[in-house]
Amino acid sequence: MSYIDKISSPYIHSLTSINEVMRQVIFALVPGIIVTTWFLGWGVLVHCVLAVCFALAFEAIMLTLRKRPLQDFMYDGSAIITGLLFALTITPFAPWWVSLSGICFAIVVAKHLYGGLGYNIFNPAMAGYAFVLICFPVELNYWPTMLNHAVAGGSGVIESLKIIFIGLPYEGLDSLSGATPLAFTKSQLNGMVMLSEFSSGPLFGSLGGKGWEWIGLAFLAGGVWLMIKGIIKWQIPLIFIFILFALSLIFHGHDPERYASSMFNLFTGGTLLAAFFIATDPVTASATPRGKIIYAAGIGLLTYIIRTWGGYPDGIAFAVLIMNAAVPFIDNVTRPDVFGKVES
Amino acid sequence: MSSEVHTRFNRELHSFPGGLELKTHKELTNSKESLRTPLPDKIILPLQQHIGSPSETIVKKGDTVLKGQKIAQASGYISVPVHASTSGKILDIGTCQSIHIKSEQVPCIIIEPDGEDAWFELEPVTDYLSIDPEILQRLIYEAGMVGMGGAGFPAHVKLNEGTATAIDTLIINGVECEPYISCDDRIIREKADYIVSGTRMLQHAIQAEHCVIAVEEDMPEAFEALNALIDDDIELVTVPARYPAGGEKQLIKVLTGKEVPAGGLPIHIGIVMHNVGTAAAAFRAVTRGEPLLSRYVTVSGNVEDPRNLQVLLGTPVEHCLEQVGYHPRDDEAVIMGGPMMGKYIHDISMPVVKTTNSILVTSGFNRSREKPCIGCGDCVDVCPAKLLPQELFAYARAKDYEEVRALHLFDCIECGCCAYVCPSNIPLVKYYREAKTDIAIYEKKQAGYEHARHRFEARSERLDRIENRVDDRFDKIKTLSTDQDPVEEDKQSYIRAAVERMKQKKNKKKD
Amino acid sequence: MLGVLIILLLALIRGFLISRSPETTVQQGKFEDILSALPQTQCGKCNYSGCQPYAEAIVRGEADINQCPPGGETTIKTIAKLLGRQVKPLNPENGLEKDKHIALIDETLCIGCVKCIKACPVDAILGAAKQMHSVLAEECTGCELCVAPCPMDCISMQAVTG
Repeated sequence: MSYIDKISSPYIHSLTSINEVMRQVIFALVPGIIVTTWFLGWGVLVHCVLAVCFALAFEAIMLTLRKRPLQDFMYDGSAIITGLLFALTITPFAPWWVSLSGICFAIVVAKHLYGGLGYNIFNPAMAGYAFVLICFPVELNYWPTMLNHAVAGGSGVIESLKIIFIGLPYEGLDSLSGATPLAFTKSQLNGMVMLSEFSSGPLFGSLGGKGWEWIGLAFLAGGVWLMIKGIIKWQIPLIFIFILFALSLIFHGHDPERYASSMFNLFTGGTLLAAFFIATDPVTASATPRGKIIYAAGIGLLTYIIRTWGGYPDGIAFAVLIMNAAVPFIDNVTRPDVFGKVES
Repeated sequence: MSSEVHTRFNRELHSFPGGLELKTHKELTNSKESLRTPLPDKIILPLQQHIGSPSETIVKKGDTVLKGQKIAQASGYISVPVHASTSGKILDIGTCQSIHIKSEQVPCIIIEPDGEDAWFELEPVTDYLSIDPEILQRLIYEAGMVGMGGAGFPAHVKLNEGTATAIDTLIINGVECEPYISCDDRIIREKADYIVSGTRMLQHAIQAEHCVIAVEEDMPEAFEALNALIDDDIELVTVPARYPAGGEKQLIKVLTGKEVPAGGLPIHIGIVMHNVGTAAAAFRAVTRGEPLLSRYVTVSGNVEDPRNLQVLLGTPVEHCLEQVGYHPRDDEAVIMGGPMMGKYIHDISMPVVKTTNSILVTSGFNRSREKPCIGCGDCVDVCPAKLLPQELFAYARAKDYEEVRALHLFDCIECGCCAYVCPSNIPLVKYYREAKTDIAIYEKKQAGYEHARHRFEARSERLDRIENRVDDRFDKIKTLSTDQDPVEEDKQSYIRAAVERMKQKKNKKKD
Repeated sequence: MLGVLIILLLALIRGFLISRSPETTVQQGKFEDILSALPQTQCGKCNYSGCQPYAEAIVRGEADINQCPPGGETTIKTIAKLLGRQVKPLNPENGLEKDKHIALIDETLCIGCVKCIKACPVDAILGAAKQMHSVLAEECTGCELCVAPCPMDCISMQAVTG
């Protein structure tokens, strides 16, 4: 006995769709991609293209294996976003097979083996990045140096392609690559060097890391646009930034020589990219409004701990993954009170 | 009677959580005078046009009936009678499609109109403000009155429960929040006197302390029409246009700031709410003696002349659509109700019933494929009952009924806001309706299990008792045969004496 | 590095503790809940003499949770949730889940031997010795215990509609 109407109310719709949401996110990433390419070289763009191609390929393979309709899921943009976020987090000098293995892990293991779109627990881009960081730490350590504002080291497209597909040249390595401002800061502080001694060096700009501050601003602009359009909600980015800012303010105020400043923490590394694009991934973040606040606060706290006392210069990926694991619990304890709740 | 806004009441308005701003499309229908629909060929009256137990027919095939004559009586407390909408002959007592509760065939009475439209004898009551409230309730009950806002709850039950407890406020709901529908707007503009007098009458019927009529802010003409007739005894309030402001619990929150307890009723906080149409129909029923026989219906959407109609109950939807120029098309659906909460009509020969507020012809229904939930949380933001639609969806699909109940599924008013915003196009309301039905079936089964268990345990106990009695007898007989006990000796002699007496009796008989 | 290792170690310890907990769960207190989840047909298809013995066996750990056909998937799910165990499909050796059927006595064949009345666990058959026997439809749970004892083979199971 079929007791439900074939078609169910409501019969009108706001006409939003997953594809539309993903499209907006990709648009918001574009300024950041352009600025990153400007400062870190063509390798960024090459990796973006590479990662997106790998992502779509693996997505198609997994969808076919799992007998899901290709038409619906291939073009909803989620695989493209995973590829772009992954490419923006790894160094542009990484070999092509790092991208391949990272994307493979991200799409195949972190996304599809957990159930596919909507069911995965862990952020695929971050899972992929954590995977390659742990497996290939050496390859991910070479970052382009930034001389003036010019495209890194003057290397053009051909140079970048050579680096990615053949490998970094042995001679001239030191002039071509080095550590990120965050990594440099960490190694100096670990070596008991005072902050003021090295913070006016060539790696540091006015807000944060040289060049990195512009990258941060570009992602900030994209993120704010997404918030205005209502694609992402304010809780996660603002709470994450606030906690990170506050913690670094407290410690920097306590001992300005041993702890990096708040602005530095915000405008280097993947902080602003993570705040607006990675931590806000709706599938893996907390669902309830209060839960989002706890989730974002947890990411901020863990990021600061790992950066200051942990083993990695930029701990955002691990912070996100650890909080992803806590989301079901957070959701359970932060359910909103129902309308007309009876005080017991 | 003054034409300025009464400011004696300084009512502070609150807001309800969630909700949506929707395009109303009311301008299609709300400025045209309503049309009286001509008599159809057939009047089909389902025996259940209300929440509660179905009415029972008291006529048979071939009977002649007059307009307003009772043709089915109420069965039980939560039930109302049904009356003939026009004079004619009872063609058949059969079944028809009804979507009041589910899409299934329900018993109905079919009348063939004779064209005379001759009235039954009417018994108007004019001193409605001085008679006993209980008599008023009885008259309203006899007129077959149900909530005309769409729910169809028998009106006399609300009034009766109202006099049993002290009612603080009577709210007359003219807040028409669903897009396209404007029947309440038109009935206020055309029959404001009925509504205001009806409100006073209902207030007398439940002895409420305060009385409020609420309209939406996009109904200025209706506001003016009412404002001209009210005195200081009734408070007229305008509420912001936001869907679903007209929902019972939401409107109470807006007007009073109080929240109806989850799983409870407005009466638990001293409030009774009735639709403006109910107030007008109740007034008509008492002062003219006419039972509920017709109602205003908005016919809108993809039709030539969208407008409001005054429709006799039992008129087929098809007939109403003919009045406004309807041309059937393949990709269109006819909906009974509004675009957010209405029900799909499979067969347009089905009748207009007491709760039909609108007939909508639309091609905009949701046909995109359902994608997985991405947890965006948009549904949580718009739910006016502060529920978690995405969790409800996950548990309903997993058929985990305990969790679903714990998440307050039964406080869901099925407004459709969550499904409207879902980017994955998930028909959330469909899943909730299925879950509610499944839970109802499950609980009925559970009750059956409990009952079977009691019968089994009673039977086991009975069998044990029989066995114990047999055992006792055996024990007694066993002990009787031993001669050790001196007490037994006495017993033995007593028995021997008794046996002797029996023998003598027998011998006497022989003689 | 050290931080990550500590977290991993904590996770392993917790996981170990969780995996061991079903044995430490107090199953006694759940007996009433398990009994309520059973359909009370007393049919014996679970290989126990009634619903109560089956519930007791589950609590003692002697019986599996998927042996009740009249209860079907719903009962298995409820008991699995109560005990924190995995849901498994109904054991086909105990029978198949089907829609509700109730017994119907063919009155033209009934000889009034009361064998079915004695067999019915919920007293759903009306009658006496040498009098007509009839099944009370609202009380019949469909346990089928009356079918076998009938010497005239006049009891059939009819599907319930609606």
